[in-house]
Amino acid sequence: MSEGREGVDTVGLDTPPPLAVDRLLDDRETRIIVCCGAGGVGKTTTAAALGVRAAARGRKAVVLTIDPARRLAQSMGIDSLDNTPRRVAGAGEDGGELHAMMLDMKRTFDEIVEAHADAERARAILANPFYQSLSAGFAGTQEYMAMEKLGQLRARDDWDLIIVDTPPSRSALDFLDAPKRLGSFLDGKFIRVLMAPAKVGGRAGMKFLNVGMSMMTGTLSKLMGASLLKDVQTFVAAMDTMFGGFRTRADATFRLLQAPGTAFLVVAAPEPDALREAAYFVERLAAERMPLAGLVLNRVHGSGADQLSAERALAAAENLEEGGIVDQESGKAGLRDTAAEPPGADDDTTAVDRITAGLLRLHAERMQVIAREQRTRDRFTSLHPEVAVAEVAALPGDVHDLAGLRAIGERLAAGVPAGA
Amino acid sequence: MRAPGPEWLGSGDVSRLQVVSGKGGTGKTTVAAALALALAREGRRTLLVEVEGRQGLAQLFGAEALPYEERKIAVAPGGGEVFALAIDAERALLDYLQMFYKLGSAGRALKKLGAIDFATTIAPGLRDVLLTGKACEAVRRKDKAGQYVYDHVIMDAPPTGRITRFLNVNDEVAGLARFGPIHNQAQAVMKVLKSPETAVHLVTLLEEMPVQETADGIEELREAGLPVGRVVVNMVRPHHLDEDTLRTAAEEHRAGVAKALSRAGLGGARRGGLAERLVEPLLAQASEHAGRVELERAQRAVLAGLDLPTYELPLLGAGMDLAGLYELAKELRKQSVAE
Repeated sequence: MSEGREGVDTVGLDTPPPLAVDRLLDDRETRIIVCCGAGGVGKTTTAAALGVRAAARGRKAVVLTIDPARRLAQSMGIDSLDNTPRRVAGAGEDGGELHAMMLDMKRTFDEIVEAHADAERARAILANPFYQSLSAGFAGTQEYMAMEKLGQLRARDDWDLIIVDTPPSRSALDFLDAPKRLGSFLDGKFIRVLMAPAKVGGRAGMKFLNVGMSMMTGTLSKLMGASLLKDVQTFVAAMDTMFGGFRTRADATFRLLQAPGTAFLVVAAPEPDALREAAYFVERLAAERMPLAGLVLNRVHGSGADQLSAERALAAAENLEEGGIVDQESGKAGLRDTAAEPPGADDDTTAVDRITAGLLRLHAERMQVIAREQRTRDRFTSLHPEVAVAEVAALPGDVHDLAGLRAIGERLAAGVPAGA
Repeated sequence: MRAPGPEWLGSGDVSRLQVVSGKGGTGKTTVAAALALALAREGRRTLLVEVEGRQGLAQLFGAEALPYEERKIAVAPGGGEVFALAIDAERALLDYLQMFYKLGSAGRALKKLGAIDFATTIAPGLRDVLLTGKACEAVRRKDKAGQYVYDHVIMDAPPTGRITRFLNVNDEVAGLARFGPIHNQAQAVMKVLKSPETAVHLVTLLEEMPVQETADGIEELREAGLPVGRVVVNMVRPHHLDEDTLRTAAEEHRAGVAKALSRAGLGGARRGGLAERLVEPLLAQASEHAGRVELERAQRAVLAGLDLPTYELPLLGAGMDLAGLYELAKELRKQSVAE
């Protein structure tokens, strides 16, 4: 492999190094694992399975999920959304424990306001229409609150491992950007303009600026409607004392993500879109100097009969379906077996032939899927040959219970898909 | 398939704004593109809009990244044309300011201040007003002869989990901007979105989570008074085999299967021979497959309970490419004509 990596023409066929999941989970230095990736690749399930496995290996772990499917949440017993970690019964060995929670973004935002403003001010903020919309739905609130919650959990220091799922964003990168964006808004010039009537107005020597400002707020008022502008201004005035805190915490969380105790796992499925996002993510993490542990590749197909190619399987199926068995390749064995067939078994033989042909066609389909997945993965590997990969074999159904999560954890740790 | 709603009677009556949503990974971008191709029949012109800034359409059509500009991206069989536009909230806002307020330089000043950034990324709902507003503008746009510029506008929309909130900009904004231009704009957008001119389709796979999310999404859309169109079942695997029979029959005939494999030229059927060694994994694959078919059947029943017209698109063996896209478009045409 080390030789192959040097050669230009073999670079795409390189096998990536395996991702040692157990080593990551067992390492007491690992304090935070962030699962990120495109939507629909099994991110939340991966986070949950890692949590179950970590607890079984003696870690005191907490899984922060963002928007889990109902049955997955139920499988960890957290079908009520209350924004507090709950102990998961039946998970944890050797002193390990598993806790799990679902993020309630509005509640998290409210808690920040309550914790950082005096009672009267907090009430005013919570009742402000602009705040209510902002806390329930602005494009980055979920991302921001996920990071905020991560910071809180880490600060409590009740767990030795925090596993975070990331929100199903517009782009998988949003959760890295949202805190900065909100922070820069809250610190930015625009806020000062919004507050201009209250703050700048009347000050001597600022006359020129003042004219500019009021022209600007006039424009804003025209655009936003006076009532919205007033709500925003009231909100901004009420939040004024908290802005520094927002920025400080956003920065602290960002640094936490860069710290050595943090490991990012990029989750993907062997599909072009998902792996393209994974590649963007790998590049972005490198640019932000955030520690990437590796790629978890879910839903990988394998076959216990991969020595039999799709083409050969199809040819053999046709051969059987046509009934005329003219053996080309390993004629001797075939002829001998045919000859050994007892007389009168003809009908049975035809039925078995049909069944066998069906099995072969199924196998050909499977081999085609495997080949397609391999091509997609080769593209990723040739771009990022250094990224360690753990493969998780495709499961026939969804996960409903802890046993299912344990099974996924085992596949994750094994790192290579078991033959079908 | 059940009787179509009135908007599905013929190609001419199909909703003019078709919004395509679905759980992540179900292929909603592909479905939106195939739909745009399918609707661009006989010289018709469709516009495919992207609102999430991911350049998924460009990737799909093998084109350069799309600018904020409507450009022709494909020609449909029969001479129809597909245009594409990646809507950028910031540019849409600046356009809007320019159009209604002639705010060329003030717009730039606002941008410098961070006001544009505020409006397009932070202020709740405003971004969605801009994105849906631009799409609705394209729906209503007419040429000098009074004809619609686009026969259909197809939107590659945000995923199911966010679609209702995204389209229901009115709720969001009405509570905020109770009057003024943003309020008026939101009202105008909602008028189009809640009319029969619009249909929201949800793409799903025959898997538990996407189907559940589809059911939840439909409920939300209906509650919000948004017009639900179809459920598009994507990546349906071919079933040319009766898997159940296959599984049980094969189990009973292990030795026979080994011999048949051997006869077909796949090595020896004796213990340790290639054919014999193939039996176990082939049976395992069949059993796995049968399990999945069973699961798919259950999911189909759930979807049937939703009582909505459906489209069904096959899984393309070779993966998704431009040729595959045309194939899916053909399939969609066939299915809408068949009804």
